[in-house]
Amino acid sequence: MLAITGLTHTYTGGHTALDGLDLTVPDGQLLSIVGPSGCGKSTLLRCIAGLIRPTGGTLEMDGAPVDGVPDDLAVVFQDYSRSLFPWLTVRDNVAMPLRRRGGSRAERRAAADEALESVGLHDAARKYPWQLSGGMQQRVSIARALAYRPSLMLMDEPFGSVDAQTREDLEDLVLGVHRTGKMTILLVTHDIDESVYVGDRVVVLNRSPARVHADIPVGLPASRDQIETRGLPEFVRLRAEVGRLVRGGARVPGAAPADGLPADRGPDADGQAETGAG
Amino acid sequence: MTARRILLGAAGAVVVVGALEAVSRAGLVDETSLPPASTVLKEAGKLAMDREFLVDVGATVREWLLGLLLAVLAAVPLGVLLGSVPLLGTASRALVELCRPVPSVALIPLATLLFSSPAQTNMSLIFYACLWPILVNTLYALRDVDPVAKDTLRAFGFSAPAVLWRVSLPSAAPFIATGVRIAASVALVVLISTELLVGGDNGIGIYLTETQQGGGRTDLMLAGACWAGVLGLLANTALTALERVAFRWHAARVEGIA
Repeated sequence: MLAITGLTHTYTGGHTALDGLDLTVPDGQLLSIVGPSGCGKSTLLRCIAGLIRPTGGTLEMDGAPVDGVPDDLAVVFQDYSRSLFPWLTVRDNVAMPLRRRGGSRAERRAAADEALESVGLHDAARKYPWQLSGGMQQRVSIARALAYRPSLMLMDEPFGSVDAQTREDLEDLVLGVHRTGKMTILLVTHDIDESVYVGDRVVVLNRSPARVHADIPVGLPASRDQIETRGLPEFVRLRAEVGRLVRGGARVPGAAPADGLPADRGPDADGQAETGAG
Repeated sequence: MTARRILLGAAGAVVVVGALEAVSRAGLVDETSLPPASTVLKEAGKLAMDREFLVDVGATVREWLLGLLLAVLAAVPLGVLLGSVPLLGTASRALVELCRPVPSVALIPLATLLFSSPAQTNMSLIFYACLWPILVNTLYALRDVDPVAKDTLRAFGFSAPAVLWRVSLPSAAPFIATGVRIAASVALVVLISTELLVGGDNGIGIYLTETQQGGGRTDLMLAGACWAGVLGLLANTALTALERVAFRWHAARVEGIA
């Protein structure tokens, strides 16, 4: 279980991206995190990944406080072309993080091949990332995360740079991976449909500085289909609800509006909120 | 594509040589101060067989390579250090920018005082001249390593030295290689200049000085200069080819084959 309490981060320039964010994610959940652009979603993910040290609050994994990069964590970045190493073959890219796990070169390669197989890219092992299409490159990134066998996978707008068809394929790939791998996945997106389609639960963040604005369980059947699921009344209802919340017009009991009513802000947030509220 | 490039390059050389030949033959300039290109090329051909000249070339090439090697050995680690530790990078910036434009030739008096043999003097000056292009390229290449690439390995729990070794160095390598290639051309120019000015026993610059003694043979001087040019061209071609092979991924990325 991942437990985040009072997570606050103010950048050196004085911009507060996170303000007392609380979030608990049970093991094995696929949580979508959605919010208006620039709301601090990526800052949240980077804090969890240990890439930036938050200025306040605590992070706990399975009851133990996390300082720095948690073990068994893998991150999939939006920018696959920058995240994959162009001087390594696809297989070596996937095998690279396994150096942390020890094991022989042959074992690492075998694990990489297995992960590539699971994302349908076994023929691409000897190619270089830049010889592949964007969608295939993002599959390689996902395979690299899978080969590492993480207990927590963070995905930062992973499908933001691919075309619509590829996006749907990759969404289904993540759903499949989640079903078989039983890992916890945090998927940050600004796409409302996507957050509902892939999530077991959707968390909507406020405009910057980010706090949890709404927390919505997704009551859709576990097995999802791009056409059928998106046609279900429950999907349509959830999409509308999340959409309203992201836009800031809260219609949900108990959820605070996001567009800057004083009740929604901490006493120390004045002056900072204007930047994100425009 | 390469064949076309070589052909065009050769065509350009032929045109220039032809023009020089015509200028000289037409009597526009005195034949002793600018001998016809054909004479110069004939002498250059003879020089290729001349044992003494080959000894000079050997001396120049040896000092050139040793000076360059020393500069690489010093500049790359220093560049990596200054490029990966922001504090040191900022602290050294003004100093680097101050020392970089100082021409090596201006340091000849200092180098002759410090070193007893001309070979050492030459190598120290090459070292100085080569240090900057390699250092600056290494430094900026390390500073410009994609943060997403570094974050990727950091998020998998790799330590800072591991990220440096596995991400920063490989991604900076093509730029470091370019720095070395630039330094190699600079080094040749500096070396021949110091040979001309400092003197010594053997070297292309020494040969060039000798051609001017007792009447002066401009044709021989130009023939020697041709060979200096050929050395520069060979070095540049070899290093470019090496870069293309070693950093195929970089070329592919830059040219947008992906």
